[in-house]
Amino acid sequence: MTELTSLLYPITVFVLAVLVGFEVISKVPATLHTPLMSGANSIHGIVLVGGMFIAATANDPIGYLIAFVAMVFGAANVVGGYVVTDRMLQMFRKKPAAAKAGADGGSGAGKAQG
Amino acid sequence: MTYENVYPFVWLAWVAGAACFILGLHYMNSPASARNGNRLSAAGMAIAVGATAFLLVFQPMDNAALTWAIIIVGFAVGGAAGLITARTVPMTAMPQLVSIFNAVGGGAAALVAIQDFLTHGQGGGANVSTTLFVVLGVVIGSVTFSGSLIASGKLQGVVSGKPILFPGSRLLTVVLGLIALFGTLGLVFSATGMVKLDPMVADLVLLAIIGSALVFGVTMVLPIGGADMPVVISLLNAFTGTAAAMAGFVIDNPVLIIAGALVGASGGILTKLMADAMNRSILNIMVGGFGGGDHAAGGVAAGAGGSVRAIGADDAAIQLAYAERVIIVPGYGLAVAQAQHACRELGELLEERGVDVKYAIHPVAGRMPGHMNVLLAEANVPYPQLKEMDEINPEFDRADVVLVVGANDVTNPAARRPGNPVSGMPILDVDHARSIIVIKRSMGRGYAGIDNELYANPKTGMLFADAKEGLAQLTAAVKAL
Repeated sequence: MTELTSLLYPITVFVLAVLVGFEVISKVPATLHTPLMSGANSIHGIVLVGGMFIAATANDPIGYLIAFVAMVFGAANVVGGYVVTDRMLQMFRKKPAAAKAGADGGSGAGKAQG
Repeated sequence: MTYENVYPFVWLAWVAGAACFILGLHYMNSPASARNGNRLSAAGMAIAVGATAFLLVFQPMDNAALTWAIIIVGFAVGGAAGLITARTVPMTAMPQLVSIFNAVGGGAAALVAIQDFLTHGQGGGANVSTTLFVVLGVVIGSVTFSGSLIASGKLQGVVSGKPILFPGSRLLTVVLGLIALFGTLGLVFSATGMVKLDPMVADLVLLAIIGSALVFGVTMVLPIGGADMPVVISLLNAFTGTAAAMAGFVIDNPVLIIAGALVGASGGILTKLMADAMNRSILNIMVGGFGGGDHAAGGVAAGAGGSVRAIGADDAAIQLAYAERVIIVPGYGLAVAQAQHACRELGELLEERGVDVKYAIHPVAGRMPGHMNVLLAEANVPYPQLKEMDEINPEFDRADVVLVVGANDVTNPAARRPGNPVSGMPILDVDHARSIIVIKRSMGRGYAGIDNELYANPKTGMLFADAKEGLAQLTAAVKAL
């Protein structure tokens, strides 16, 4: 039974993290659900750390190959995820970009969002 | 310094990384702070990965040069591929990209579990709990990998968006599930020592589990219709998170467990929200075979509920231009027609004329949760104008004109009555407005396959056109006034 005891801490952490996740994520407005999912996507790229560990313990060609593929997958996940989320979030602006031909600036600006 | 000395500090760095993830998600609660939240989360990732690299310096390895080459080259190759894709992908293709990231994330988690099994698994090296988490990681990761690739293919149009069912496909799914289940039981019992499995046999059993899980992912997603994709992506996202957490249990790493749990929670919440917004249970969606996007429904009760009034672009433009308050309801059809820029142009034009313009966004508008908001934000619509369903619904009573573009079922008042396919579905109260204009190509039915009573409402004028074209006509007509 000792080996099950060693599992108790990780399981506790897992359960609490799920609850924290529910709490934090239920406050995200629907407007941001796509960036949220894309951001969460980059977070699960943390398996990259797992990829590094298996690269360190590998000792045969199959092991090295598996580790390499895991590294490529994980890195694409992490880098791509954060970059595309940033790109998306940068588009959420309070006012239209100034670069746009601000044809009728005066009346447009006066018209607030209510 | 030795591995043992360094380990506690690296562990603390992992905890710091996990804390950054949580705070980063917390800052996502408002568009103003979300960008910094994402950067904080990225910083947490850098800390966790950097600390791991530092720890590995002290770990004895079989072939250190090769290991480091794999880590560095693998990271460079994957990172470059991710970077290029992320920089160039059009916003309309976000759902596909998220699916691809789900696939690689799930795949990487499965690979970590597989490799751990191959190194420690056989010969009684692994205990029961590790074996259980290894197999769970392998199964969930593999299902996510193949399932997400199919989902991405459907979204991209490479795989048909229609539900694909072949004779015996359900049976096949069940058989594959059983193979995975019995394989798992076999390996776990073998780890207890009750059954003695030859290492070679154990590897083969694992291979069978991988194979059946991969095919299971395919047969699970194929029968699901294109319009249900928001739910499927969310669910696969939750799977990927869970797979990452399982990998965390396997290699006993807190940051993987916490990050995986967070993503699992996020995917779970979004799955529930999407399923509720579509008024369908998750089980009902997974069983699939329902609807296929733009299908011609079986000809029942064609002209039910009175006549429909067609309206020209000029008349519609006059209504819009002289209104005080206009609410635009963009839907899936707008995303498909890529009409978000045309929509913003019309909205801006009306604003310049002093009209108060807002956008009412149903939770399932677009092709993934929140997709419509991103498309409109990209088209330069300021986010304070984007209103969620609960926020905008009371405002329809005071709206002079509502312009519905490419949305159908989510505006059907029939949802308030029991006894039809959309009953109970949360809808936008478009029919409460003083006047309604619907841009639509034809009288074709929406996803639910029933007539929209809104169209027969005497207050409604139908502008028959493609979303993009109709909006362009309206813009031209308003300009000409």
